[in-house]
Order: sequence, then structure tokens, then C-alpha cells
Amino acid sequence: MNPTIITTIVSLSALGAVAAIILYLIAKKFHVETDPKIEEVEEVLPATNCGGCGYPGCRAFAEALVASEDISDMHCPVGGNDVMKKVGEILGTEVEEKDPYVAVVKCSGSFEHRKKTNIYEGASNCRIASLLYGGDTGCAYGCVGLGDCVEACDFDAMYMDDNTGLPVVVEDKCVACNACVVACPKDIMELWPKGRKNRRIYVACMNEEKGGIAKKYCSVACTGCEKCVAECRYDAITVNNSLAVIDPEKCKLCRKCVDVCKSDAIHEINFPPARDRIPVDRPDKKLARTKQEEKVREEVVLDNVKKEEIISVNTEKNTNTEQNEKSE
Amino acid sequence: MFIFNGLKTFSKGGIHPEENKLTTDKPIEKLPVPASVSIPISQHIGAPAVPIVERGEQVKTGQIIAKTGSFVSANIHASVSGKIAKISEEMDSSGYRRTSIMIRADKEEQWAEGVDTSDTLIQEIPFNREEILQKILGGGIVGMGGATFPSHIKLNIPKGKKADVLIINGVECEPYLTSDHRLMLEKTEELIVGIRILMIALNVEKAIIGIENNKKDAIDKVSSIIRDDKTIHVVALKVQYPQGGEKQLIKALIDREVPSGKLPIDVGTVVHNVGTTFAVYEAVLKNKPLIERIVTVTGKQVKNPGNFLVRIGSPVSQLIEAAGGLPDNTGKVVSGGPMMGKALNDLEIPITKGTSGILILDEKEAHRKESKVCIRCTKCVQVCPMGLEPFYLQNQTMRANYEEIESNRILDCIECGSCSYICPSNRELLDYIRLGKATVMNLIRERQKV
Repeated sequence: MNPTIITTIVSLSALGAVAAIILYLIAKKFHVETDPKIEEVEEVLPATNCGGCGYPGCRAFAEALVASEDISDMHCPVGGNDVMKKVGEILGTEVEEKDPYVAVVKCSGSFEHRKKTNIYEGASNCRIASLLYGGDTGCAYGCVGLGDCVEACDFDAMYMDDNTGLPVVVEDKCVACNACVVACPKDIMELWPKGRKNRRIYVACMNEEKGGIAKKYCSVACTGCEKCVAECRYDAITVNNSLAVIDPEKCKLCRKCVDVCKSDAIHEINFPPARDRIPVDRPDKKLARTKQEEKVREEVVLDNVKKEEIISVNTEKNTNTEQNEKSE
Repeated sequence: MFIFNGLKTFSKGGIHPEENKLTTDKPIEKLPVPASVSIPISQHIGAPAVPIVERGEQVKTGQIIAKTGSFVSANIHASVSGKIAKISEEMDSSGYRRTSIMIRADKEEQWAEGVDTSDTLIQEIPFNREEILQKILGGGIVGMGGATFPSHIKLNIPKGKKADVLIINGVECEPYLTSDHRLMLEKTEELIVGIRILMIALNVEKAIIGIENNKKDAIDKVSSIIRDDKTIHVVALKVQYPQGGEKQLIKALIDREVPSGKLPIDVGTVVHNVGTTFAVYEAVLKNKPLIERIVTVTGKQVKNPGNFLVRIGSPVSQLIEAAGGLPDNTGKVVSGGPMMGKALNDLEIPITKGTSGILILDEKEAHRKESKVCIRCTKCVQVCPMGLEPFYLQNQTMRANYEEIESNRILDCIECGSCSYICPSNRELLDYIRLGKATVMNLIRERQKV
């Protein structure tokens, strides 16, 4: 064999060995003692680095979890109770179960309900637009519709509905990381308890202007009429600055407020269509009109029910046939 | 690049947009008193004024209706005589509904006591510094070039600092606008008296009026009047935008550079606009508070563009009516000039102390071209009069890298819009820089709280 090759191999190997020894010694000398639990906890965390826990990334959260004695206030919204339970096992502490949250859009001023008063051609960024003015509709509190929240969402859980101009939260994907809440300059996004059977009721309006003005620019604006306050038996609704706010802790999901709201500003999510809803008492002078409305409403509801029944029947049929096919 | 024709200008950046001064030859036309005015309580930088009148109260023209809210604030006066119709939230030029005082005008125009409404020129100034400052504060005078900074604060020099020269801003570098130009032509004598008042207030021996060379008639007129006066000088400046910027004008006229984060007083000077100077004259010698101003209504499609003297609080629609109505293909109505002005979203928005012009653009002019990728041509860096890197500031704002933009002096940006104007890719540079500025200012405020 060529001696040059031999010398090269030997010298390089020697060099490598020397370097390895030096590196080993340095690593020994400057070794930083880390809690092995940090690694373990980080392993359990979802590694999305979304910041929903309030810490910059999963590693920082793991460090904080291991470092703090009481972790009852700390929560990973992405992993939820399952992950926190595992963390608790590693750390040897009991972790309380927390109700899951989901983001809700507190504006219902779609194109149909909130007419545009001007055209905005500037940078497509909600915060820039709201620095400039109140927005391209008469409502300065409502959704700007340029999609900062959608951009902020790391979980693909939001999209802009082209028909309404409002963002939509995909419930199954939303992890309640708070990113959209921070991104929205109008504070329309809010984290809301997912609720029993995923059902929730909230006021989908942020307009603090007096009823008349609010209504002038948006037909589904909360006017602060306080009818819902009077109707609520659980004191869950308060009205401040002509705007009703529901306290999710107190709300028992009875839906009375939804019925009584003339503006349809109170939204109910994941409820079955109301079949036998009791007509709500309304002031006498408007009785004639409201009766008519009630009729129309009932018809619509009935229609919906029928449709749903039809759809469900169809799907049943489909599944039946599929099963039949399979069995065949 | 600079001073080829021997005229002074500022050293960094600058552009020369099409001038379009359509209303140079239109004399100031006094508009009739509107049926009602809506006067916002926040027409200036700083705290909003506090209303001191109530609904149903009878007020006279020039009567104070809202008092200064804090140190940095300005008084607001009734611009017509009549009854207070309501105090409510109305849309103003900020694009949001804010508290405004609405006065329904009566037919007899009753002026508040002591107001001299005649046109006679008063030359003598029988007041000392304190009295002048009191009168300026009382008259609710704010910077009328657009920034609307309360004037009495500018004139109240902090201890340990001294001004040696007063600069009067007659540049009017914004395209289209001619209100300052007409003022310099028609109210020259009053303007000069106003300058003398400001000189007493500041205790300076020298004043310089900077006028761009496209207003030769104004330069001649002012020079002819101050020929015998050794303390006031007129300097013709090269036409260059944004020369009307305070810092740019100081650099152009007396070759001093205001350091980052500092004020003109730190280099021994104070700058006032000609409109403000005239308002100071009226407030001090005629006891007439700031209740009207000259507004240029212009645009290529406008039938009868002109310079109008209107009461503060008149709706924009009244001015447009006076200029021959809204053209059919209107795309945008801008309050201010095309470079720094702001589009209005309602024609009932009132004229405020800072409204220097109403510009009506047609659909084609108003259209914003689609933004494309940055081609790294560095044109924005070349034209920035503050020596900033607009493309970088935009980029970092998009990435929410606020510490970086703060250390890159984003707060120095004067929002002149030269970068957005010159950008061949139509990048939304100023839009993002404004966002970055607002965010950095919030961060600084939070830091100061802690």
C-alpha cells in the first residue's frame, strides 16, 4: 500500500482521537446539570411551539413546569388534559382537569347585515386598516375582515368565509392557543369554554354604541336593550356601554336569551334546532307584528327540521346501502 | 444633485412630485356661515379638550366651549353663534366617532365680547411675552400645517434651552395645496406682524421665512414689505418634497441637523407655519380665537377649485358644494394633500384646525396599484429624508421584530410617503411603517409604566 495513504490515515485518526479527548474533557468540565425531567416533560408536550401556554415554546414551558412547585395554573391548551395528566405523572403531582376552550368570533356583521360604506385598497392587514379608520362599514367595532386572525393561526383552524366576510373557527382544529385573540385589533376573538356537549351561547357583537347608531349600520348589532338581561334567570348577562356580555361561568345554556334577542346578536352553537320552542312574551303594542314574525320563524324552523330529517334519512339510507354492499 | 441653481434645500433624500397647484390664482373666498357646525373636541395632538357648555346653551361666535384637558391640549371655540344642539359621538377625520359639539347657527352672527372682526391692520404690539403666550393659549392656536401641535407649548421654551432664530414655514411642499400661498399673498402685512409677535414670545432677534421657489409672487410680496426690516429674512428654496417638514426646513435654512429623538429647540430654533403665524396675529391683536381657516378645495375633475375661508366644524360637503359639487367619477376625497393626506370615509366629516385642503381624486387617480415583491432597488432608501431604510422597516414590521425597527430609528419617520411614492413595486411601505411606529410607541409606553 502506498505509504502516503497510511500516514494520512494514521495522522487523521490521531488528530481525531486528540480532538475527541479534548472535547470530552471540555464537556466534562463545563457540564451543565439539567433536570432529566425537563427532557421527559418536553417529550410529552406537543412540540407545536405555539405559545398558548404563555411561554416561548414547549421547551421553555417544560423548564417552567419542572421549576415551579405548583403547576395548577399552568396548562397546555394544545395537549389538553391528557398531556397535563402525563406531565403530572412525570412530576409526581396531581393535575386538575380543566375545561377545554375554543375561540369564538364575536361579530356577526356579514356582508348582508353590515353594508359597506367605502372601499379599502390599502395593505391587507387588519391592524393597518384599523389604525387608519373605523373600517369599511359604519361599525367601528366589528370585524375588519382582512384575516389577521387566519394568518396568526398555526393550526389551520380558521378561514375567511367569502360569503360573509367573517372569519370562521373550525372547532375540531382549534386548540385555544390565543394567537388569534392577540392578533385581532378589534378584540373580536375570544376564548370561550367549549361547554357541555360542545354547546355554547355568546353575544356575537362588540358594538358599544347606542342602539340606534349601532343598528343603523348593522342589522345584527347588539343594541343594549337589556331584554336578555331580564330574561336570564341565572344573572349571567350584563349590559355595559350598550353591549350585552354573557358570563360563560354562570350561563346554563337555557337559550332563553337567544329567543328574546331581536337583533339575533346572541349566537347558539351546536344546539339542535328548536322544535317546541315556547313563544316569548313581547310587549303588547308590537304583538301583531311579532306574531307574524313568530309564524315565519316557526315555519323556517320547521323547514330546517324537515330538511335535517330528510338529510339524516338520506345518510342513513346511504350508510345502509354501503353496509349492504360491504356485506355482499 | 442639490443646489445646482444656487437655491437652498435639505441634504438627504427628497422627491419632486407633480405640483398640480391648480388654485394658485384663486383669491381666498369667504364662505357663508353654515347652518350647523360639528366641532370635535380633539382637533390637536395631546389630550382632548373638556366641554364646558351644555345642550341647549346659547353661545356666541368665538366663545370658548371646551377647555384644555391637560398640559398638551388646546382650547376649542364656538365657530358660529347659536344653540348647542347636542354633544355626541360623530365621525371625524380620524375615521372614528369621537365626541363633538354640534351648534345650530342662528341668523344674527353675535360675536363674543372683545373680538375685533374688522380688517384694519394693527401694527403695534403692546404686550409682553407672558401676555402673548396667554393669548395664544386662550385662542386655541395649534400648528396649522397639519401636525396640529398646540402652539403655546412650542413657544414655552423649557429652562436651560434657548432659541436664537425663528423659522416661518411658508414652503407648502404638498402638491395641489395653495392655502398658505394665498395667505402669504393676501395677508402679508398681518403675517409680518404675526412674525414680530412670535419673535417677542421667543425673545429672538432673527426670523427666517422659507418659501419654495414655485411661489415667486409670494417671495416678492413678502420681501417688498420687509425691505427695511433687518431682523426678518426671506429665503427662496429649491422645490423639493418634503421641505415643509420641520427638520428638513431647519436643515435647508440654517444648516442645523436635529438629532434623532430631539426637538428643533435643541438646535436653537422654533418652526411655525404661516397659517399659525396669521392665527397668532388674530388671537393676540384682534382677540379672535382660531375659529376659521383657509382650505384649498382642489382636484383635476373639480369644476371650480379654489381657496375658501371656512368656519371650523363646517362639513366637508359644504366646501365641495362651493367648489362646484362632487364630480361623477370621484374615487376618493382626501383631507390634506396627496402625499400626507388621509382619505375621508364620510362627507359630513367636519373641517378641523388641521385641515389644509380637500383633494378630490377620480377613480383612476385614487386606485392603488397592486403591491409586488421588493426588487432591492434601494430607491426608498435614496429618497428617505430622514435617512432610514423603509424596505427594511417594512420587512421587520411584517415579522413583528419590533426591537430591530426601534433600534433602526423607526420613530424618526415623518410619514412623508416619499418611499411609497417612489417604489416601482408599489410596496405598502408607509402602511407598515405606520403600524411599526404605533406598535413601538405602545411598547415604549408600556416599558415606561414598568
